[in-house]
Amino acid sequence: MKLIAAMSGGVDSAVAAARAVEAGHDVIGVHLALSSNPQKYRSGARGCCTIEDSHDARRAADVIGIPFYIWDMAEEFHDGVVEDFLAEYAAGRTPNPCLRCNEKIKFAAVLDRARAMGFDGVVTGHYARTQISDSRKTLHRAVDHSKDQSYVLSVLTVEQIEGAIFPLGDTTKVDIRKEAEARGLAVAQKPDSHDICFVPSGDNAGWLRDRLGSEVGPIVDQDGVKIGEHKGAYTYTIGQRKGLGLTVPTADGSPRFVLKIEPVSNTVVVGAREDLAVSTMRGERAVWCGPAVTAQLQRGFVQVRAHGAALPCSYFFDGTLLTALLDEPLLGLATGQAMVIYDGDRVVGSATICETE
Amino acid sequence: MVEEALIAMTAQLARLGNPSSLHTHGRATRKTLEDAREVIAKEVGCLPSEVIFTASGTEANNTALKGLYWQGRDKGKHVVVISSIEHHAILDPAHWLEVHEGAEVIQIPVTHDGVVDLEFLTHLVATRGNEIAVISVMHANNETGVIQPIGKVVDIAGEIPVHTDAAQSFKKVPLSFAELGVYAMSLSAHKTGGPLGIGALILRRAVEIPALLHGGGQEREIRSGTLNAPAIVAFAAAAKSKYYDSAKVSALRDSFITGITSALPEVIVNGLKADRLPGIVNITFPGTQSDTLLLLMDAQNISCSTGSACSAGVHEASHVLLAMGHDEVSAQSSLRFSFGATSTSADVDFAVSVLPDVINRGRAANLS
Repeated sequence: MKLIAAMSGGVDSAVAAARAVEAGHDVIGVHLALSSNPQKYRSGARGCCTIEDSHDARRAADVIGIPFYIWDMAEEFHDGVVEDFLAEYAAGRTPNPCLRCNEKIKFAAVLDRARAMGFDGVVTGHYARTQISDSRKTLHRAVDHSKDQSYVLSVLTVEQIEGAIFPLGDTTKVDIRKEAEARGLAVAQKPDSHDICFVPSGDNAGWLRDRLGSEVGPIVDQDGVKIGEHKGAYTYTIGQRKGLGLTVPTADGSPRFVLKIEPVSNTVVVGAREDLAVSTMRGERAVWCGPAVTAQLQRGFVQVRAHGAALPCSYFFDGTLLTALLDEPLLGLATGQAMVIYDGDRVVGSATICETE
Repeated sequence: MVEEALIAMTAQLARLGNPSSLHTHGRATRKTLEDAREVIAKEVGCLPSEVIFTASGTEANNTALKGLYWQGRDKGKHVVVISSIEHHAILDPAHWLEVHEGAEVIQIPVTHDGVVDLEFLTHLVATRGNEIAVISVMHANNETGVIQPIGKVVDIAGEIPVHTDAAQSFKKVPLSFAELGVYAMSLSAHKTGGPLGIGALILRRAVEIPALLHGGGQEREIRSGTLNAPAIVAFAAAAKSKYYDSAKVSALRDSFITGITSALPEVIVNGLKADRLPGIVNITFPGTQSDTLLLLMDAQNISCSTGSACSAGVHEASHVLLAMGHDEVSAQSSLRFSFGATSTSADVDFAVSVLPDVINRGRAANLS
């Protein structure tokens, strides 16, 4: 096949590209420039898309022996990922920008452009696997569960999965580093990237405050009684206990947790731990990675964080909302997070959580 | 590199001797090097003493622009005039002079065909001539190949020092330093079939400018550093080589233009009405993005280039095409094709045959 390898400058995408070449594909390396004002150097494990990263990607492509180009996707990234991230926080939700990037950039803008240019698909260094069942490609967890990235890929449609190649899903990260070393790739020991790539300082709250302002508002209990003040509602997360700065104790001295963020009234609602418990979640904007979910109740697992646990549940789709009924309640679940349904290791689909109870 | 240059360079690499040394080996190298200087001087129409070897065309440009500015500033002249289509090796030092050295940089606009606006320059010299330290206009543009009217620029400039970056023109079109009447001219060996890493600043005999590099003072105290004898010898060999047949290259370029414009009538050949170098053509393909086209052409083993890339490697709209009146979108849908001494009509036919499909895919990718 003719493939575009998305190369971030990290070890995973470099090995993925090398493996695709070795598998006999005709591969071209592409580095996505996602920041319109890139920093020169990466600081620690944070940030990405620095000039240093693009050099690392180019060097890896040269060592592998494939052509290499840089595609400027800064505008698409800003509009589709960064703006969405801000808008979601401003609306009191907790988004996952990596999901959005896969949905709108890597397997949309890049894959569409690649296909229009005559390529068959996009290779990435994600830890996930695909399998062919009933002549359809399905999406599965990686063998290395600690590195599994199927959660952030759960926004891919069947069509997008058809054009996605994940050569690393059958290997552990430790072995990928060894393989990179053996292949003579200088990025073998480059640190993993963490956090949100477009917040290089790692200070999400500060980054949000700079962009959304920090309007003081009330912290109220479940009866609506004001018991404190906050400095920007979106810097709080559901389930947060520390850093609330409350001076009025509860009657029984038990701690308070953030239950809800109401952006319109700029209010943070706090309450007891048991009020955080969620046993039902509903999600909108459902995407199926294989056959569509129906109104018939099915058994499976739901995962609500990138590296969270797979929680046993029953689920169904009523045509608008995807509902998961948890076997055991979960504490602290924010709207805006993705709920991803698994059937064993297979990703069934995902939706953006809009209601919990 | 042309064969004569390769042979000359290889032979010189094996010879011992720093040309500045006084012993026998040094003197031998000095002799070879001065022979090379005379060859280059003859080829560019200047005196041997007017040739200052540098490590690149960029260094020659920096030395000339900064040196002539500093010399002018000492006499109270603080204006640097450059054309709006200069190479970054002039644009960036001019910007540096503005930020760090108190210069006021004025850019001469160009016509739609990419030729400097002489009326603008005439007016500028008439109104602010006594403030201008240096005027720098390239001999021919590297992106469009459009040849600039340097003789007229010199006439308009009068007593004001004029520098021209002739890296693109040397060996491609007739070039004589003396006839042009400029104060300074930059050359780059690898643009003329010579090696990488060697250039020259041709600077009028009586003009002394402050140096950029200080050290041994090897080149008229204007450029210090041990002379790179093997590269200089190869530069001279390339300069005197007859490898480049301008008429043949022009004919190839014209047949390429005819082929492309008949297959794709909507394309725009930039600077078509102006005098151009034989080997360069710049074409706008509406509805495409040039980085996509470059990738697709590269896959067909055809090398072409987009305007320029920023430090992160992201393709940017060419300042040259913007200056010629293109908007960002159309500037970003343009490619430069170069034809060299070894290009053949089969190369041209092949490029013309693959372009329509490349353009179709490029358009589809642009819409996706």
